[in-house]
Amino acid sequence: MGTMQESPVLQHRGAPADEPPTRPHGDVDDQLIGEVPFRSWGRYPLYPAKLVSLNWQDDFPRVIQQNAGMPGGALAVGMGRSYGDSCLLKDGNLMVATGMNRLLSFDAASGLLTAEAGLTLAQLLDFAVPHGWFLPVSPGTKYVTLGGAVANDIHGKNHHLAGTFGSHVRRFTLVRSDGTQMECSPTENSDWYAATIGGLGLTGVITNISLQLKPIVSRFIDYEGIQFHGVDEFLALTEQYQHVEYTVSWVDVTSTGKNFARGIFMLGDHSKIPDKLTRSKDPKLVFPLDAPGAMLNSMTVAAFNTAFFHKQIKPRVRALQDYEPFFYPLDKVLHWNRMYGKSGLLQFQYAIPWESAREGTIAILNEVAKSGLASFLAVLKAFGDVPSPGMMSFPQPGITLALDFPIKPEKSFALFDRLAAMTLDYGGKLYPAKDARMTPAQFQKSYPEWQRFARYKDPLLSSSFWERVTQ
Amino acid sequence: MSLEPVNEVALPKRDASHTPRRVLVLGATSGIAEATTRIWAREGANLFLVGRNAQRVASVAADLKTRGAAYVDTAVADLDDVDGHPELLARAITSLGGLDVAYVAVGILGEQPTAEQDVNHALHILHTNLTVPVSLLTWLANFCVKQGRGTLAVLSSVAGDRGRKSNYVYGSSKAGLSAFLAGLRNRIDREGVTVLTIKPGPVKTGMTVNMKGSEKFADPNKVAEQIVSAVEKRKDVLYTPSIWALIMLVIRAIPERVFKGLNL
Repeated sequence: MGTMQESPVLQHRGAPADEPPTRPHGDVDDQLIGEVPFRSWGRYPLYPAKLVSLNWQDDFPRVIQQNAGMPGGALAVGMGRSYGDSCLLKDGNLMVATGMNRLLSFDAASGLLTAEAGLTLAQLLDFAVPHGWFLPVSPGTKYVTLGGAVANDIHGKNHHLAGTFGSHVRRFTLVRSDGTQMECSPTENSDWYAATIGGLGLTGVITNISLQLKPIVSRFIDYEGIQFHGVDEFLALTEQYQHVEYTVSWVDVTSTGKNFARGIFMLGDHSKIPDKLTRSKDPKLVFPLDAPGAMLNSMTVAAFNTAFFHKQIKPRVRALQDYEPFFYPLDKVLHWNRMYGKSGLLQFQYAIPWESAREGTIAILNEVAKSGLASFLAVLKAFGDVPSPGMMSFPQPGITLALDFPIKPEKSFALFDRLAAMTLDYGGKLYPAKDARMTPAQFQKSYPEWQRFARYKDPLLSSSFWERVTQ
Repeated sequence: MSLEPVNEVALPKRDASHTPRRVLVLGATSGIAEATTRIWAREGANLFLVGRNAQRVASVAADLKTRGAAYVDTAVADLDDVDGHPELLARAITSLGGLDVAYVAVGILGEQPTAEQDVNHALHILHTNLTVPVSLLTWLANFCVKQGRGTLAVLSSVAGDRGRKSNYVYGSSKAGLSAFLAGLRNRIDREGVTVLTIKPGPVKTGMTVNMKGSEKFADPNKVAEQIVSAVEKRKDVLYTPSIWALIMLVIRAIPERVFKGLNL
């Protein structure tokens, strides 16, 4: 298999983050990209796999044939923004679908867009925003594909009103390894529709997707930031602003005592004042190299968190803000995951149901603050009760918290395992797209549908995540 | 026998944009061709696409229409069949109601190790990459001379600038193509017809971001932008990305007795 060496430190200064449609010049049906580690966003674990491109909707059966039935199994992947091993398949075949990114139709009157599954949200916005349309649900990065968004049934700052990404998918085409092709929608092959949304890419290859966009009149977001101290203030603000389109909180998980769980409650909605609807510019900042491990010790993180909290000097700030920094603050810095050094990072994200959400959140935040392990970017949000269309979707009514940590084996793994156990005790679950650690028992308890889901899994497709949690 | 000029269909007036109005794309499913055509589509061009695989041509056509092409028509044809060229080209020009740019992007990489052992594979690479464009361009050049204008934009490759052991069959087909284009330009430039030779370096193949040396690979979107601009400026030869002009200058300057011993 390929080497597990890191690529040269200095690379792609200013390269586009949004991988372009990539295929060799010429009519090459299937280009082996090489045996290199395809890395997930957390860059942990690292597994060798053979990379093959899926550039066309009719590629999947052909690629199977050309690779002798794909020993070791296969998995279609996009931008690799999942953090753990749900977009990896050790010693298998990863079918990179970012070249399959064509726009197939767009109804400018109704906002229904049909596109191939390898289209990224960035490419979608480049096209749709000038027409006055926006994503119905947007995650924290625009560098994910439509197929990935469906496979992980992703959520955004408007989950409490809009539900998950899958709720806005009107139809998609699913191709199975035996060559069968299915049109799936809430009314047609509805069981396959439910299995594939949030189905982690395991039910087949999604080739094209019809998504209902929503109208906007401007790039701008009418934004407000409110400082809070403690989980109860966060809950009160959540209640008070439950009718605002977008709400999310940043929370300082490094402070204890009177600053425990202080944070900024951010709310916003698309500005109603007609203004520019231009395309976004490419980001110019690139995190150029792997940071030395020392860069992110608990002191620098605490300093960062304090600075972030006080950046907003007043308890309340209101402003018009471009949608890019509002939705994608980190996309400005390409490869920001390099901040975490070579060993990578772990994400931890739970959803705990309302009945124990307050108690569980306080306990887990305490555990994190006590551990002294650095974590930037803790994000706290209330999930609403719009039902997720997917059998295996992660969001459920209650509270979700997302944290990341640099990997310091022993220490961070032990903390993780404690947090995972606490989450399960509070009746919660973890998010596969961000997981590299949960145990089979934890997965099977918190995703009780998993055995029913397994009946829809394509025999050729698998992922390291799936193999890990279904042992 | 030759293609006859058509009665041009008048297109709506536009501001002083240099975007070609009627583009014929031969090899429309090539990665570089598709990236280029997307830019023209966004600017409202009229396009006629030719490719081998019906489903793929249809999805490219849908994409370009969605992105804003004023008109898209397609033909599914195997351009290896040179006897079919005149009829196909006549149909395309009629459909477009005229011709401003013919973009020739037919070509295969082939497999060098196979071509070294199997003569048929070597001849197949030469046929698709050299014989086929020579046939297409002969018809198209004579048509453009008759109408007294037009641009022939052709994808060749830096690989044609010097033969190397790792891809000399592909390279020789591109060397022949580049020489053909230079001579054609010399013949018809005075007739008001532009011939653009495009020489891309290696183009990034998916996810090579993880591979050593990938920084030398070109991003098809950047390459496409440079091609669009070269067509607009009526350039003769385009090395893209630009650094390849310099790299090939150095590579061509190495004396053969040194070069033959190198591993390039």
